[in-house]
Amino acid sequence: MKLTQIRAQFPVLDSQVYGKPLVYLDNAATAQRPLSVEASWKQSVEQGNANIHRAVHYLAGVATDAYENAREAVRAYLNASAKEEIVFTAGATAGINLVAYAFGEAFVGEGDEIIVSVAEHHSNLVPWQLLCRRKKAVLKVLDIAPDGSLPVESLEKLISERTKIIAISHISNVLGLVNPVREMVEVCHKHNVPVLVDGAQGIVHCAVDVQALDCDFYAFSGHKIYAATGTGVLYGKKKWLEAMPPFLSGGEMIHTVRFSGTTFAPLPQKFEAGTQNINAVPTLVPALAFARECRENPEVEAEQEAILDYVYKQLTEDERITLYGVPRGTKVPLFSFAVKGVHHEDLALILDKMGIAVRSGQMCAEPLMDRLGVTGLLRASFAPYNTLEEAQYFIQCLNKAINMLV
Amino acid sequence: MTLEEKKQEIIEEFALYDEWLDKYQYLIELGHNLDPFPEEEKTEENTIKGCQSRVWLISEKKDGKLLFRADSDAIITKGIISLLVSVYSGRTPEEIAADDFGFIGAIGLRENLSPTRANGLVSMIERMKEIAGQSRQ
Repeated sequence: MKLTQIRAQFPVLDSQVYGKPLVYLDNAATAQRPLSVEASWKQSVEQGNANIHRAVHYLAGVATDAYENAREAVRAYLNASAKEEIVFTAGATAGINLVAYAFGEAFVGEGDEIIVSVAEHHSNLVPWQLLCRRKKAVLKVLDIAPDGSLPVESLEKLISERTKIIAISHISNVLGLVNPVREMVEVCHKHNVPVLVDGAQGIVHCAVDVQALDCDFYAFSGHKIYAATGTGVLYGKKKWLEAMPPFLSGGEMIHTVRFSGTTFAPLPQKFEAGTQNINAVPTLVPALAFARECRENPEVEAEQEAILDYVYKQLTEDERITLYGVPRGTKVPLFSFAVKGVHHEDLALILDKMGIAVRSGQMCAEPLMDRLGVTGLLRASFAPYNTLEEAQYFIQCLNKAINMLV
Repeated sequence: MTLEEKKQEIIEEFALYDEWLDKYQYLIELGHNLDPFPEEEKTEENTIKGCQSRVWLISEKKDGKLLFRADSDAIITKGIISLLVSVYSGRTPEEIAADDFGFIGAIGLRENLSPTRANGLVSMIERMKEIAGQSRQ
């Protein structure tokens, strides 16, 4: 597929806002959905809607197949060793909450320790804080280096005999750096500590192979990788998922229910209580196919590399601008920055009127903002359907906006 | 000038600008010209915190009228604050409490007041109304 054909999959990219062409650079918040995802949704709603797994009728079979095909597509995409290790959730937040609760119930007690990094999204922070409060456990925080990178050496120093789990993002939604997850897993496993990876941004920018990473959990949201909202995936190693008690309970997740006691369904149904997101989950199939197509497409790859080069250069060479998340070698096209003497909200408001959608604020990472000593930042995050031309327009408008404000 | 006249004046001023950026340029100017806010009053108590910009607001009652002073760390928000202060400061609590603050929408800034914008401005208007409600005789 050519880049123009890829863009044609997203009609909104051709639209205008305030009389200006829309330039959508808020992809780290949510990506746009291609027509193939819309078609999958439409197909499910119009021709394939029934509740899954239980009924014997024809339509239930169609819906169940679509749902389980999606599980297989996710398994293949992540290179997980078995379908049982793929649990559908409502998103990365839901997946992390599942682990924080169920793993916590099984393995965390008073005085135990959990490690997160200072750069975590609230979704990979608050569930662990709540777990620590419930169990009287201790939350330890791994700091970032001045350039935004995560030093593996300091992680090892934080691990103690009481460390039960480490929860770390693959790519911070603010810093836009690929963290050394493989190395971190190695260090943690040396001390028999499992690792949960928050893959909300990582799944978008990296080819994730959970067996190669050897992480114990990997959670991501469908909507950031072009699938319908309300979809999400939690990958978990079978040995952990089997040892964890259910999180939500009710329909679908049981084996037998008696007042004398209830037994639970095998994996992955044990963690999929209630009617699942039956129309949306199948959209993961075309969404992941699209993501793969983009990743393996030389024209898209070249354009993304050009965008990364260009924006990185512009932002790092401008004395008025401080870019957070600096190492070029691990940078993805997700840029958070501050402009000296200018408030991020003002920039975002002006850019909006120029047709550019960027994010401003704390980006659900207040502890990181405190750590960086800022009240908020401006973030521009690019997707494979963005062009170098859009990046150039963004920089041109950013300069104009800064000049209006200083 | 009555409250209604003042609002009308601002609406007419803004009608001159059909370009968004000109409107913002004007608000930025207003923001820069807002009376300086005493640094020592930037306390936790006087802060209206949003996800984006912060707003500070203090008030006093003099001769039956409410006087407002306010500030923000973001300049466009500060410009809108300047409008609010110029319209509502020096009015009676009854006048303020009865007003719907709809003129902000009439000058095309409604979206800056949308609660989803998560800035301090919406809370500032709430706070002004609250203060007016509390100071009514």
